[in-house]
Amino acid sequence: MPEKVLMKGNEAIAEAAILAGCRHYFGYPITPQTEVAAYMSKRMPKIGGTFLQAESEIAAINMVYGVASTGKRAMTSSSSPGIALKCEGISYLAGADLPALIVNVQRGGPGLGGIQPSQSDYFLATRGPGHGDFHVLVLAPASVQEMADLTFKAFELADKYRMPAMLLADGTMGQMMEPVVLPAPAEHFIEKPWAVTGTECKRPHNIANSLFLLPEVLERMNFERFERYARVEEEEPMWESFLMEDAEICLVSFGITARVSRNAIVQARKEGLKAGMIRPKTLWPFPKKPLLEAAGKVKSFISVELSMGQMREDVELAVRCQKPVYLCNRTGGMIPTPEEVLQSIRKANEEGG
Amino acid sequence: MLMNSYSSASAPREAGSEPVILQNPPRLTLFAGHYGSGKTNIALNYALRLRSHGKPVTMADLDIVNPYFRMEDSRKLLQEAGIELIASAYANTNLDAPAMPKETYSLLADKSRFGVLDIGGDDRGALALGRYVPDILAENHYEMLLVANKARPLTRTAADTAAVMREIAEACGLPFTGLVNNTNYGAETTLEDVLESAGYIRELSEITELPLRMTCIRSELADDARGRVEQPFPLHLQKLYYMLEPESR
Repeated sequence: MPEKVLMKGNEAIAEAAILAGCRHYFGYPITPQTEVAAYMSKRMPKIGGTFLQAESEIAAINMVYGVASTGKRAMTSSSSPGIALKCEGISYLAGADLPALIVNVQRGGPGLGGIQPSQSDYFLATRGPGHGDFHVLVLAPASVQEMADLTFKAFELADKYRMPAMLLADGTMGQMMEPVVLPAPAEHFIEKPWAVTGTECKRPHNIANSLFLLPEVLERMNFERFERYARVEEEEPMWESFLMEDAEICLVSFGITARVSRNAIVQARKEGLKAGMIRPKTLWPFPKKPLLEAAGKVKSFISVELSMGQMREDVELAVRCQKPVYLCNRTGGMIPTPEEVLQSIRKANEEGG
Repeated sequence: MLMNSYSSASAPREAGSEPVILQNPPRLTLFAGHYGSGKTNIALNYALRLRSHGKPVTMADLDIVNPYFRMEDSRKLLQEAGIELIASAYANTNLDAPAMPKETYSLLADKSRFGVLDIGGDDRGALALGRYVPDILAENHYEMLLVANKARPLTRTAADTAAVMREIAEACGLPFTGLVNNTNYGAETTLEDVLESAGYIRELSEITELPLRMTCIRSELADDARGRVEQPFPLHLQKLYYMLEPESR
């Protein structure tokens, strides 16, 4: 039986990445994700991997670009302001159709903001973090176990669709400790005939590039890429339903707030309030189908988030505004208590649908 | 080599339900170890226990590496128990400023109080302790305890744990005097997990030539553990906002 260990969320990300076959980590310290880098600095030298503390976040993401273009699994990690710096490089990765993992352990913003947990990079992550028309896969873990599992999954999805993937966590998820059973080491890797590995004079050159000299070629690339995105939206949304069978009020929440919401829902049920939750595990692609289905059954939705209603917009789009979508939120590093979420459920119950 | 004038061996050997160290506590007790080994929570429980014996207690949170989940979270609990708290002015704020609290020197100077010091994780966290070490060694009535958790990925073996210990001792310049077995998986820990770790801590004790001062055991399991673990220390887990209630899991 696989062994259980007690890990911090940040450590679970790092170890799961290693088990997924990632041997190239490039980072730059920033609270609250520094343990990812610290863990990698201890582990990578022992397994023949590369840990490199770059001179900046921008340098780190471009090193990821370099490794990704050779077909190897590569990653970087940072927290909100550092991710903003990486956006140029993420756009280049997307433009060159390169798979890579970017970990964002979010903290408060805008600006220098604060170091306490936040989910306010929701728009940044789900709308394409950088210039141009593109998406990245966005995975949202809600336990230390999922920090490991979704990191592993992110590498697989990134390779499958030749897209950058972002693991969108928050300061609490990064710092909290829970027992974890780590995934078995990856054994099967997808073929990457596009990788820049040297031709040995046996094939035409591969080039990792996002510059297209002819506008009609660039347009074709963009259309083709969005055909691939449509497939991702069809096949890859992940979510978890909690007590939704008879729910009249559907909470939508991810990450740390989904945990608080879960405690609140259990309390609400004791008061006879039929609350349930759809917890997105992928934020792009967003689980639109189960939400639209729920819209036909429930009276209202509550988006519980650590931002000013960023996810609420996606919930409203998914349910096509058929039912009211209320907002229960805190920002600036504050976390709603289960009691606050319970109050929102009571209020939604009074207001009806 | 400086001899530590404190020796818990002078305490009565027939321990009741309490570790010997608590029956005759040193003036200063320091908890250091790998980050995430459980230092803060143990220090908190230890301070509360000392206080319940009627001792004047001051706690010092000297972890300036990690701004999350700080002693500051328990300020109210400590106040109610009549324990002084020394913590960085920036703990739990949005400022990531690794500044040691200035009041720490008062704890070293006022020898009428019992000090419980929570040291930052790993060698990096312990480095900042260095400036106080000459005073601690001069007074020479302390226990520097290594908190060890076999369930943590980088301290799975006694040898790896001993290596972390040496790095910490080298960084801060204060030699360790004892071990705390805090093998746990959080709220899911079973008595078997703790019993199974006895071999690990014995081996660590042999490698480091340090005695076992406490075996932490979640308070719900303390009754079952009686007579089965050495130096049992019941531990109340801090309830943190991210924890799922058992019925929500």
